[in-house]
Amino acid sequence: MNLLSPSIVPRTQISSYVNFLVPLIAIILTLLTGSLIFSLLGFNPIHSLYTFFISPISSLYGFSELLVKATPLALIAIGLSYCFKNNIYNIGAEGQLIMGAIFGGGVAIYFYNVEGFWLLPLMLLAGVIGGSLWALIPALLKTKFNTNEILTSLMLVYVATFILDYLVVGPWKDPSGFSYPKSRPFNESARMPELFDGLRVHFGLIITLFLVFISWFIFSKTIFGFQLKVSGLSIKAARFAGFNQNKLIISAFIICGGFAGLAGLGEVSGPIGLLYRDISPNYGFTAIIVAFLGRLHPVGIIFSSLIIALTYLGAEDAQVFLQIPSAVGFIFQGLVLFYLLGAELLVNYKIQFGKIS
Amino acid sequence: MNELILDIQNISKSFPSVKANNKVTFGVQKNTVHAILGENGAGKSTFVKILYGLIKQDEGKIIYKNNELKISSPSEARKVGIGMIFQHFSLFESLTVRENLMLGIDEYVSYKKLEIKIENLIQKYKLALDLDAPVISLSSGQKQKVEIVRVLLQNPKILVMDEPTSVLSPQEVKNLFITLNALVKNETTILYITHKLEEVITICNSVTIMRDGKVIETSSIGSNTSKTLATKMLGRNLEQITKDFSAVKDSVNFEVNNLSCKFNDPFFTDLNNISLKVHKGEILGIAGVAGNGQSELMEILSGENLYIESGKIIFNKKRIEKLNPQQRRNLSISFVPEDRLGHSAVPELSLVENTLLSRFYNNKFTKNGLIQKKFLDDHTESIINLFNVKCLDTNSNASSLSGGNLQKYVIGREILSKPELLIISHPTWGIDAGAENFIRQSLIKLSKLGTSIIVISQDLDELIQISHKLSIIYNGTLSKSFNTDSIDIEKVGMLMGGGK
Repeated sequence: MNLLSPSIVPRTQISSYVNFLVPLIAIILTLLTGSLIFSLLGFNPIHSLYTFFISPISSLYGFSELLVKATPLALIAIGLSYCFKNNIYNIGAEGQLIMGAIFGGGVAIYFYNVEGFWLLPLMLLAGVIGGSLWALIPALLKTKFNTNEILTSLMLVYVATFILDYLVVGPWKDPSGFSYPKSRPFNESARMPELFDGLRVHFGLIITLFLVFISWFIFSKTIFGFQLKVSGLSIKAARFAGFNQNKLIISAFIICGGFAGLAGLGEVSGPIGLLYRDISPNYGFTAIIVAFLGRLHPVGIIFSSLIIALTYLGAEDAQVFLQIPSAVGFIFQGLVLFYLLGAELLVNYKIQFGKIS
Repeated sequence: MNELILDIQNISKSFPSVKANNKVTFGVQKNTVHAILGENGAGKSTFVKILYGLIKQDEGKIIYKNNELKISSPSEARKVGIGMIFQHFSLFESLTVRENLMLGIDEYVSYKKLEIKIENLIQKYKLALDLDAPVISLSSGQKQKVEIVRVLLQNPKILVMDEPTSVLSPQEVKNLFITLNALVKNETTILYITHKLEEVITICNSVTIMRDGKVIETSSIGSNTSKTLATKMLGRNLEQITKDFSAVKDSVNFEVNNLSCKFNDPFFTDLNNISLKVHKGEILGIAGVAGNGQSELMEILSGENLYIESGKIIFNKKRIEKLNPQQRRNLSISFVPEDRLGHSAVPELSLVENTLLSRFYNNKFTKNGLIQKKFLDDHTESIINLFNVKCLDTNSNASSLSGGNLQKYVIGREILSKPELLIISHPTWGIDAGAENFIRQSLIKLSKLGTSIIVISQDLDELIQISHKLSIIYNGTLSKSFNTDSIDIEKVGMLMGGGK
């Protein structure tokens, strides 16, 4: 009877190429499942996958769009990895993104009739501050009252959404906008410069790459990065070493919030150019998948942000050319995360039938 | 009497990196206490796990009561009459003794019958137990009694005990031996797994000595002494340990005055009015049975727990009770907590990274927040060389080292920081005799250089061997200190058990 009861036992030896293997397996399985879903819906799976994953980036404009989408994803994901490395589950990057957009966008709206080279830097600063302040709330709740940060950070997303809603239908409504729930368009010096004429990829990409590099440096070369890593692996060892847990929690939240806020500001001052209700297609949540798919490593996050950005583009193309609802994009994101967690488990553990040894 | 209950024939078992059992062959006579003696890693546990159905041997067979033993799980082992008591108790702390006993039963029996059976066992073996007491309120000795009754409920013919005395006070050990003798009289065979030589001489009838997965010898105790057993167990002679009382200076450099902590938590032991003094170059031992406040005291002394109700901690005339571990390290105090994996070292990190966990006074490991890889590598290299740490290289993960080697690394890391005060908890817990000897020698050497050392340990022999003074902790209260050259073991045993 024991023969049929499976048990999960840890593997004794884990190969070092696992770091590449796990995301790869997850992506392959996602594609296989995806083609199964397409054929069940009555579409040619090869053609559908082509429409979904290849055709969106077969033009220069398409590739630029990929970078436009990957920029906020990578920026938020790298911020999240400060938290996740330390086992802090900040789920509220979406709210921090919105707050960054509100603070930075607010500056642009306040100076709507003033041009100047100083405006954009001021907005960037305001965006960072907005996101950081919003992230500081769950950080302080956690350090002072030991509140679960998953709940508080998530709930604050909805608060941020409603604040944005209120602003764009209330005080910040565009006076000449025919009552549409949106703000005035930002003026020219409040916009992120585009990197190439005619393509939407903007200066935010350069900022993101710079911050990814800085984060790699912090994670691998500084005592702060080491402290984050040790606290994530073993709280007791971190206490033995004398690392200040509260300081680490607060710093990780502030950095993460700052990055998310910057990503939000990048969206409203880049491709969008004004404030309105739906400034983010859940970038803050999707970035969680990006962070884990990239295994919390800066280089991994660059790749995973490109892959996940592709699911956004693919979903749009699938809707236009195949009349498949764009929600398919979210299905793919969900599948990637699902298989990622599954592959991770199977790499570290094996399933055994019968006896436990 | 000469009938074999177990006849073990050529049992072999390999793991990816090691041959844990290599043609293990010996016999166990019915109704005796049979010891399996060996260092950690000698293959004792592997053999016991095979016998208990936890793992399967690669080859060989076990003849049990004249039939080949074929079991594939512990519950089958229990069914045929093999019971096991592990070193770490598996009891539900928040349930009562009675509930714990009821939960351990494999078959269906009525509550009433079981109750009678429990009462009978307790009477028969004089295992004084309060059935309604919650397990958390029991001492280790009493918890072990619960484990014994739980196993006896299944009428075992063979009772396997893995290091049963490791958490007991000397008095409790005596009581255990009385119980074991009674069990043998009532037709139970006991397989006694240990690395403590004295116990083998005292309680066992015969002994199987294992080393490197092989059986070295099986014989009756007869004329064996602990010295002859040690030589066979280790395959070599150990260096004699001698301490030097003349090295202790007159000046006190560490003092704790009337320290009290109340945790208001049944899982923690409150500390009451603890005072101690350590002179320069002195080793102070703190003895006691596990769970009497040792880990709480260790956390307070290291600064991992800064919650002190009242009292002072003074180091070199400076109050330090509010300083965190890193700040205390900056004053040249070093610590080695009990747990190697996940406390004094992080298993998933390399040795180099683990060196960075403990940044001692005047280290050059970081500069302006940046990690100085070169200094860190060199320092790790010297720890490995000076303390004989067997590992692949400085980038090996801590988890890849054996217990003894990791402990040598951790202690080496702290000793190389040249501390003025070293506070160390259970320095030789769960490691082989070679590493144990090496670590004790290193501590004595360090004290001769003028370092004050506090050793918290459950191993009374160890403390008497290395420390100049000894205090006993019981229920969060620390006794006055005794000189170890004129100590009365009976008295120490009494204090460990809560006597006056």
